Amino acid sequence: MLKDITLGQYFPGNSVIHRLDPRTKLILLVAYIAALFIASNFLSYALTLGFLVICIAISKIQPKAFFKGLKPLIVLMCFTGIMNLFFTSGETLLVHFWIINIYLEGLVRAIFMILRLLALICATFLLTYTTSPIALTDALESLLRPLGKIGLPVHELAMIMCIALRFIPTLLEETDKIISAQKARGADFETGSLIQRVKALIPILVPLFISAFRRADELATAMECRCYQGGEGRTKMKQLHYAPLDYGAFGVLALLLAATITLTVFGL
Amino acid sequence: MESAVEVKNLCFTYPGVEDTPGVAVFNGLDLNVEEGDFVAVLGGNGSGKSTLAKHFNAILLPSGGTVWVCGLDTAKEENLIPIRRQVGMVFQNPDNQIVANVVEEDVAFGPENLGIPSGEIRQRVDSALENVGMYAYRLHAPHLLSGGQKQRVAIAGILAMAPRCVVLDEPTAMLDPKGRREVLDTVLRLNREQGITVILITHHMDEAAKAKRVVVLDHGQIAAQGTPKEVFAQVELLHSLGLAAPETVELCSALNRQGFSLPLDRLDAQSCAQAIFDAISGEEKT
Ligand SMILES: Nc1ncnc2c1ncn2[C@@H]1O[C@H](COP(=O)(O)OP(=O)(O)O)[C@@H](O)[C@H]1O
Ligand SMILES: [Mg+2]
Repeated sequence: MLKDITLGQYFPGNSVIHRLDPRTKLILLVAYIAALFIASNFLSYALTLGFLVICIAISKIQPKAFFKGLKPLIVLMCFTGIMNLFFTSGETLLVHFWIINIYLEGLVRAIFMILRLLALICATFLLTYTTSPIALTDALESLLRPLGKIGLPVHELAMIMCIALRFIPTLLEETDKIISAQKARGADFETGSLIQRVKALIPILVPLFISAFRRADELATAMECRCYQGGEGRTKMKQLHYAPLDYGAFGVLALLLAATITLTVFGL
Repeated sequence: MESAVEVKNLCFTYPGVEDTPGVAVFNGLDLNVEEGDFVAVLGGNGSGKSTLAKHFNAILLPSGGTVWVCGLDTAKEENLIPIRRQVGMVFQNPDNQIVANVVEEDVAFGPENLGIPSGEIRQRVDSALENVGMYAYRLHAPHLLSGGQKQRVAIAGILAMAPRCVVLDEPTAMLDPKGRREVLDTVLRLNREQGITVILITHHMDEAAKAKRVVVLDHGQIAAQGTPKEVFAQVELLHSLGLAAPETVELCSALNRQGFSLPLDRLDAQSCAQAIFDAISGEEKT
């Protein structure tokens, strides 16, 4: 039941996008989001959205995966759209009803905002779909390393992420087991008022927490036994390298950014 | 021969919380494990097996006496990392000792901590995984493996650090018979082919019967030690400690209580059957 939850699901593959260095992908995602926010007219939107569609096509990831991921976010997108639709004033009044005025500008803006959110979310999905969580963690650690100088515990944060990724499935499985065990003892999670149902969760959370602490304790000992002493003096089996492919990708995105800025500034 | 582990007059007390007195586990324990040996440690729950194991790689430090591991004193701070490089630990619950969410990344964890260059880590990881027969699973997620496979990954993670000694604390307690056999075969092979010293804590007498030496702990004292044949022949002693001998010895001992006089050193089914056959045919002649 709980095992079906997908967290940052990764689809292994061998496309150009898959083969990019994870750091490249992270930087490009940030640059792409910047381009999305710079874009402000029809042509620049078409350009940025077209670019994303091409990237998704290259990645050979089924569009189905993106729709599935977007489903829980539909409400958020509708909300953004409606807010923009109703609360943007302009010159061309389309609909006037009671105290509601809908202007052409509002309609255009709502559509643009929804498209922008859609692109932002899909671009992020593209990153997580084509990059294994562990590669992503490595990339974050490597990119944030300069911040270590001002005291940010970069290695520790990366380690925490890595361990969390490792233990989420284990703890979900355990939660399932505890729920079954409590149900077998007659616990009822499905009926009753909201307060009753929240109360019914306590017998699940308590054993789960106790077990998580025990696991943490044992894991800490096991890590110590394997000579873990923090990030200092640590090496990596898989070192990240920028390849010609990555420089090419940086070039393409630089072009996209330049084109978006040009289109926006000159209002084409 | 040099000792892999040498324990002299070990005393250890778990500190008590606030005013309560601590739990005294050892009160002068002596133990010697030679390099290349395969020692099985038996004992009832709470007899101090895990506590002893944790002294072998300086997770716990003696409150009295000394523990030398590969000639290094565990009480010395500067020996900590050298000792942990030499002595690998495998624990009971395979889930709680696997760190990464890809098998090969987990095996690489130890060598990475030691600061080994990445090319060499790759080699070590591949050969460690081949060594335990898990190479084909190197890109799998650990939580999808069976218990025996997880435990073998944990062993690979330790082999990648190139240890001289492996300590396993009830590694098969949570496994099914198939997983137990996989793990035990792996450990036996490491000892036989690569000369790695193995200290195996177990509740399974058939596993202990395969060791070169058996040590029985009771209340922090050594109640018996010797070859499996010597130790398991002391059936009465084992029973008084809440333990049992391997099934074949139990069978012979039960028959002896019925008036037979069978030897108590038959650890496999074949030789046990032979002994019973001999006894019966001897009786028929007289
Ligand atoms: N962390 C601890 N704190 C206090 N007492 C402990 C701790 N761990 C074990 N003990 C006690 O030490 C004794 C030996 O435990 P242990 O070495 O775990 O035995 P075994 O592994 O043989 O079952 C037991 O009496 C146990 O209650
Ligand atoms: Mg124990």
